[in-house]
Amino acid sequence: MTNQVSRGQEIPLRLELRGITKRFGDLVANDHIDITVEPGEVHALLGENGAGKSTLMNQLYGLLQPDEGEIVVNGEAKVFRSPRDAIAAGIGMVHQHFMLVPVFTVAENIALGAEEIRGGPLGILDRRRNRRDVLETSKKYGLPVDPDALIEDLPVGAQQRVEIVKALTRDVDLLILDEPTAVLTPQETDELLSVMRSLAETGKSIVFITHKLREVKAIADRITVIRRGRTVAPSDHPAATLDRNRTSFSPDTPEDELAALMVGRQVSLEVSKTPAEPGREVLKISGLVVDDDRGIRAVDGVDLSVRAGEVLGIAGVQGNGQTELVEAIVGLRAARSGSLELDGESLAGMGTKKILRSGVGYIPEDRSLDGVVKEFSVAENLVLDMYDRPPFGNAFKLNPKAINESAAERVTQFDIRTSSPASTVSTLSGGNQQKVVVAREMSRPLRLMIASQPTRGVDVGSIEFIHSQIIHERDNGTAVLVVSSELDEVVGLADRIAVMYRGKILAIVSPDMPREEIGLLMAGITGAEAAAEPEPEEETE
Amino acid sequence: MTTDVEAPPPAKESPKEKEEGFLTLFLKNLWSANTVTVTVLSIFLALVVGAVLIVVSDSEVLGKFAYFTSRPSDALEASWTLISGAYADLFKGALFDPASFQAWFNGSGTWQAAFNPISETLTYATPLVFTGLAVALAFRGGLFNIGGQGQAIMGCVLAGVAGFAFHLPVGLHLLVALLFGVLGGALWGFVPGFLKARTGAHEVITSIMLNYTALLFLGWLILQKGVQDPERSDAISKTIATSAELPALPAPLRVHLGIVVAVLVTAGVAWIINRSSFGFELRAVGVNPPAAKTAGMSVAKTYTLLMVVAGGLAGLGGATQVLGTADKLTAQVAGNIGFDGLLVALLGRNKPWGTLFAAILYGGLRAGGNLMQVDIGISLELVTVLQALIVIFIAAPAMVKAIFQLRAARSARLGASMSKGW
Repeated sequence: MTNQVSRGQEIPLRLELRGITKRFGDLVANDHIDITVEPGEVHALLGENGAGKSTLMNQLYGLLQPDEGEIVVNGEAKVFRSPRDAIAAGIGMVHQHFMLVPVFTVAENIALGAEEIRGGPLGILDRRRNRRDVLETSKKYGLPVDPDALIEDLPVGAQQRVEIVKALTRDVDLLILDEPTAVLTPQETDELLSVMRSLAETGKSIVFITHKLREVKAIADRITVIRRGRTVAPSDHPAATLDRNRTSFSPDTPEDELAALMVGRQVSLEVSKTPAEPGREVLKISGLVVDDDRGIRAVDGVDLSVRAGEVLGIAGVQGNGQTELVEAIVGLRAARSGSLELDGESLAGMGTKKILRSGVGYIPEDRSLDGVVKEFSVAENLVLDMYDRPPFGNAFKLNPKAINESAAERVTQFDIRTSSPASTVSTLSGGNQQKVVVAREMSRPLRLMIASQPTRGVDVGSIEFIHSQIIHERDNGTAVLVVSSELDEVVGLADRIAVMYRGKILAIVSPDMPREEIGLLMAGITGAEAAAEPEPEEETE
Repeated sequence: MTTDVEAPPPAKESPKEKEEGFLTLFLKNLWSANTVTVTVLSIFLALVVGAVLIVVSDSEVLGKFAYFTSRPSDALEASWTLISGAYADLFKGALFDPASFQAWFNGSGTWQAAFNPISETLTYATPLVFTGLAVALAFRGGLFNIGGQGQAIMGCVLAGVAGFAFHLPVGLHLLVALLFGVLGGALWGFVPGFLKARTGAHEVITSIMLNYTALLFLGWLILQKGVQDPERSDAISKTIATSAELPALPAPLRVHLGIVVAVLVTAGVAWIINRSSFGFELRAVGVNPPAAKTAGMSVAKTYTLLMVVAGGLAGLGGATQVLGTADKLTAQVAGNIGFDGLLVALLGRNKPWGTLFAAILYGGLRAGGNLMQVDIGISLELVTVLQALIVIFIAAPAMVKAIFQLRAARSARLGASMSKGW
């Protein structure tokens, strides 16, 4: 790693956060946070969901005002009332969810909010100059964008490039990237990392918010770890590798050490499991075709089979038909054609309730919308699909006693951190909400377990737990189907990996296959060397 | 901050989540954001504004304000007399009149006279409990049942027809007539529920339309041979048989068994919501239909059944009106009970017991208003104005909130990282 920090001390610091504190009621979201970002460095801000990273950056970008502490830019204390002030001070931000107008062109989106106008305040838009500015910036930083393309026609990676160009046309010197790789393919991620590096080389500083250790190690010059609203003080961790100023961690710190700093205890990043012992074929999908909500073909002739006691992982960039495939299996979406069989019995037209009760567990990808009823208590959510079955109730009435007793038991068993089973689920953290879903789905005898994005928005500690539960289920002889857009997760859990691209299964590969090759498949590139298995039905083990 | 008591989970912006329109936000706030404090303060504010209206509408008192600067005491005294008299009447007509109690103890009055105000209040309240519950229950399942009026009218029609067309033993006849009332309302609830479940047609539109249908059907029916009273030429039906009447206290008291049924049904609805499997379903569907569907519940079935039950409740309200108070079908037999039910549910915050108390409050205003009109000649319309004012004061914050939530939703899209939690 090149060390950009070691430039001369005479260059003023670009940014210093001193004792930033932000409270929301009783919660202290940020507790006296100090961070120094040097010019020309990539500074990673590492922390779990809910650690306080976004709150901190929202204060830096003028979306929130700190209760205490100050923001010092080039030696001068600043108060940011709005993002406008932050931009004026040279700070730009690329949000996780892009702020682009889909029906506008790239140039129009970039001009939005800072339009070039001819002839006074009520003059006309200077489209030509806007376009020229975009092209200039794009050329200067080596970020190719087509100023005339419509945003909605661009892939996600290109949209992100537009966001970065947009920030750069505002002449910012410090760029905040909030979880920028969450939506990217592995290839796009690599591209972004090299863009970040070249921006840093031109003297821009970058604050890179993430919870992915691999990326931090690949790109960061220095690392600040935030845990429970506080910066983890390097002085408390003599074992960890520190940077020269001893105020933050160096990227040479080992991954498991970084994970431990994030979580506050040792965690295992590897999913520990024994080789699978596949048994009978539980789920058989043949020639499945499913349309999405707009009537566009989302699943285009998928053949898959999942055996008892194995985990089949589906890798793919989000939006390649995984959602529709899973919804078709559990009966939430009608299939156009093809067949779905559970132990030889057709699932067609069975209805979700019957499918779930014939031994299918389902962890939906969108937890807050499909997984839990946030207004309901933990206990109620734990019986959301079994409320009318003994012992929890019957067709007429509920049995609150049985519901509460079972809830108390499962809260302990699945380590759900809640003040009481009667608290509403909305008071729980994302990881604990997901544990509620996992507990519910794994508390009945299963033949098939479908886990869609099982650890999205879940903290590292809970990820470990949920993964071990999934493997535990596999070892009990359940057929498991895991869908995830995080390649690491699929590789860690799966015994076989099906790569899905534009509604088709491109190949079924072994998890031992090099990540780069799986990444290429996820991008739809099936070179001779990339496709390991010509016959998708065969196993690679 | 600890990890267990964490903040909002990362709220992913889901494409499935539809943007809510102003009307939906307004309606939601209207029913849900209203607290006991707001309700009590709204009633108080309504009485204050009502007092001003009482003064303004009285030309004699108003005349005294013409020379307010020279003798302010005249105007203030007259205003005070008028206002206190009016509100005292409202109280006496709704709860009890100390004078009539004294008369009863002295032996110069009857106990009936002493209890008449309460009796009147409960008589007016009875049908409103049912129509209020019909709205409150549907709302808990995420539906706006604006069709309470039509459902109540159909309840009146079927209960009334069963009341005069059948000849059954005492007791059984009443039971059958009430059941017919439930059926009539349930049928009128089924249609919008079924349409919502099958086609997604908005229940507000369809149930409003069915209100008109029911009213016109009633108007037509009571002029038909076999229904119309043969001794009358105007639009009035035959009188229902005494065997189908709800037992009442001795005349002139009008309160009848319906209020007891209302209390029992309130308890029943509370049980359904909190303890029954159907209640679990409807609450889940009410707050998060996608999650309910994912857990295997049938949203369509729940919507349909919910509207059937809600309609049945409103129908029962109509039936108590005919079998307890009216004893004949007329075009106005259902009065305004369906629409008042909306306001009662609003005031009762969609809680079964809250709805019961709100209905009694409404009944009390109505009963007290009668006395106010008779005693000091203040129009009964003032009561309607008071009821409307209460609703406005509850609704205004909801409206303001809806406006600001729309704003917030818009700016959240500008600063979406704020919505990601921290």
